[in-house]
Amino acid sequence: MNAALTIIQVLSLIAVAPLVSGIIRKIKNNIRMRKGAGIFQPYYDLAKLFCKEEVVSDRTSWIFRAAPSIALASSVCALLLVPVFAPQAAFSRMGDLLALIFILSLGRFFMALAGLDAGSAFGGMGSSREMFISAFAEPVALLSIFAASFNAGSTDPGAVSAVLGLRLSTMIAAIALIGVAIAETSRIPVDNRETHLELTMIHEAMVLEYSGRSLALVELASHIKQMVFFCLIVSVVIPQGDFALKAAAIIAAIGLIEVSVAKMRLFRAVDFLSLAFVLSAMAVIVSAAGF
Amino acid sequence: MEYLSIGFSLLFDPLSLFFLAVIALVSVPSAVYSVGYLRGDCSRKKKIIAWALMAVFVLSMALVVTAGNAFLFLVAWELMSLLSYFLVVFDYKHERSVTAGTIYIVMTHIGTAFITAAFLIIYKYTGSFEFAAFKQACLVMPSNIKNIIFLFLLAGFGTKAGIVPLHIWLPYAHPQAPSHISSIMSGVMIKTAVYGLIRFVISILGVNAVWWGSLVLVLAVVSCLVGVIYAVMASDLKKLLAYSSVENIGIILLGVGASMVFTRMGKPELAVFSLCAGLFHLLSHAVFKGLLFLGAGAVYKATGTRNMEHLGGLIKTMPWTAATFLVGAMAISALPPLSGFVSEWLTLQAFFLGALNTAGSYKIFLSICAAMLALTGGLAASCFVKAFGITFLAAPRSARAAAAKEVSLSMKSALVFMSLLTAAIGLSASYILKILVTVSGCASSIDTAGMDFSLNNFTLAPAGSAAVSAPLIALAVVFVAGTAAALAYFGPLKKRASEGSTWGCGYYDLDARTEYTATAFSKPFRIAFSFFLLPYSKTEKIRESFYHVKSFKYEVFTTPVFRRYIYDPVLKLIIGTARTVRKIQPGSIHVYIAYIFITILALIIFVGRL
Repeated sequence: MNAALTIIQVLSLIAVAPLVSGIIRKIKNNIRMRKGAGIFQPYYDLAKLFCKEEVVSDRTSWIFRAAPSIALASSVCALLLVPVFAPQAAFSRMGDLLALIFILSLGRFFMALAGLDAGSAFGGMGSSREMFISAFAEPVALLSIFAASFNAGSTDPGAVSAVLGLRLSTMIAAIALIGVAIAETSRIPVDNRETHLELTMIHEAMVLEYSGRSLALVELASHIKQMVFFCLIVSVVIPQGDFALKAAAIIAAIGLIEVSVAKMRLFRAVDFLSLAFVLSAMAVIVSAAGF
Repeated sequence: MEYLSIGFSLLFDPLSLFFLAVIALVSVPSAVYSVGYLRGDCSRKKKIIAWALMAVFVLSMALVVTAGNAFLFLVAWELMSLLSYFLVVFDYKHERSVTAGTIYIVMTHIGTAFITAAFLIIYKYTGSFEFAAFKQACLVMPSNIKNIIFLFLLAGFGTKAGIVPLHIWLPYAHPQAPSHISSIMSGVMIKTAVYGLIRFVISILGVNAVWWGSLVLVLAVVSCLVGVIYAVMASDLKKLLAYSSVENIGIILLGVGASMVFTRMGKPELAVFSLCAGLFHLLSHAVFKGLLFLGAGAVYKATGTRNMEHLGGLIKTMPWTAATFLVGAMAISALPPLSGFVSEWLTLQAFFLGALNTAGSYKIFLSICAAMLALTGGLAASCFVKAFGITFLAAPRSARAAAAKEVSLSMKSALVFMSLLTAAIGLSASYILKILVTVSGCASSIDTAGMDFSLNNFTLAPAGSAAVSAPLIALAVVFVAGTAAALAYFGPLKKRASEGSTWGCGYYDLDARTEYTATAFSKPFRIAFSFFLLPYSKTEKIRESFYHVKSFKYEVFTTPVFRRYIYDPVLKLIIGTARTVRKIQPGSIHVYIAYIFITILALIIFVGRL
């Protein structure tokens, strides 16, 4: 029964995942005094890509064909572990919050390989940079999860999301996790989804060779991955308070950050993640101090 | 003479049996593999020597982990070192092999010297070399002597294990040996040092102070990071794997060190659990690193090069090697559901539970160790994206890579077996964990009767149990990926996909020279870690005339920090001292007679004063 509820939850989260991206884009456009596309534009994009014919490079191997499905699967499996509306995660037997980090890296690993597969310099550049950024994001994610889990006494997502009192350490951890979410979902100041400028793009360079349905899968996977991070922050790390309100806050915050700072150079992104790392270490220290 | 009455006692407790199993799991496939690997490369006579050496080498390792007294242990240890030296210099016509062998044999003997010294100190208290007597004596030994013995053992076994900064021999020796030997050396031989640490420090000596564990943890974290950073930089496939062994020994020692800390803190459950995590990683690393070395050997056999910059596109010509290497790369990058994932998860969980159950500075220290492990994991994933992506994907970067053929059946079957084993260890982790609980209980003399941790049921965490299940993750991933692929590519709604060439910004007929290279892939890492790697580059313009540059040569190097700032000065000092001392040896017989005269005079005075 619980499993069925979780599956319904995951399916509905997948259904609204593109909408979240659409809303963020709309917020950004409105702040920039532009009209911008409607909030449902990501759905139209997915539908368009799904109907297009695909062109696959003749240099590629089966890795290139398999990667989008695996990336999608890794995002969806990560989402299975995050309790949102369903009372306790029925899939907690499958893995905990630490396993969630590993599951997400499965998709990233295959996307990075796919970037190298077509043999273009862009793909390799994107893969290299994506792995670079995520290597520095991983310790931040881990320490934030540790800080949040210390209060619950377990890394089980259900147990963490059942913690009652709000503590200073989890709040700091949540801020650090927003930093990770920005890096992992390719947003400014780490990466920029809106540009296809060779020298700056990271994620977009990696998936440059994709088209048609494969690209649709890749895009959907990144929408879902973004959903995983947002849900992790607003319903696991900080389970208190109204879900809709918190979700709205984080969406607005991400939109605001994106329009108010400039994209950093690749090596400044390390500084950005170092800041997030210091924050997450702070969270652990504050938690050790008993707050 | 009491020394001569050394008993030939063997020990078959769970710890020894576990290591025997690890040795067998890696050595047998490597032996099968060697049939194809040695074919066509060397004469029949040399082949027989190679097999004989390998057989005795494996037996000596088996003796190391089953020896029941310290004397026998040392004999086996020395035998193992010497035989592996001969295997490293097997290709003695290459100068690199000889250099690697020399560095290896010097370093390994420094290590053996420390171990021997530690044993002799204990012997002073026991008068016997039996382990049982050792253990009795260690109960009553003064604690400062114990500290010295621990440091000696750590230096001795640390050299063999390749922990930083004693790792210097490992990236030379492991790549130079024939690949099936590299596989055994990296997969098993360095683990015998971990066996030594567990047997002598945890089991016999008994952890005496918390700082022992902390020291091991710090060294482990340093080994992890240094190993993986050098691995990311390497463009020689086998060197990359060797550096990655340094990293993985660090991960294993994280579990062992944490276990030592918890033992001393009086948390037996956590101690057993951490040691289980360490041993699990030991087992999984043995198998997947063995697999990766065999895979790299297959690539070398097929193309004649280990330099990734000359490889590429092998997934099309060598599908079996590519698929099995991918399994190894995924496992070492800790991707679910394979073995590396479970062992790193267990290690992180051990650190989490440890931090949860300790207060103050240890909570922070253990958390930071875990974070460094996560950073290591991220870097290792990048490293193996590079290793697999550059070697096997895209278009071949040289004619030799383009002409590669799939390797022979014996090599293929060893690769397939090892990759199946890697998956099986991940999927059956909860059963293996049950065995490991017994093993680590035996090693740390803790009664494990009441400890029943399986992966799905932790009794360690106070609030609810955290669980992981590799089979369930595998099932979920395969199900979702399968559904997605079925809907998008195979179903009734499937769309035609056409082939085109890779986008080249409007230019056509891009050749392999425009592909990303291993050096380029590691550039962001080289810059981010430039404070440690101290990279420098050399550029050279070859001109046709003053106005026209015909070609441009760009080489990038990193400074071998440990060699330049630790080993070279020490070496210089030793050689300098030797040169100075040599001056008393002028070659003139008169001076020598004078020496003899002075010596006799000095002896007469010395004896007369007694």
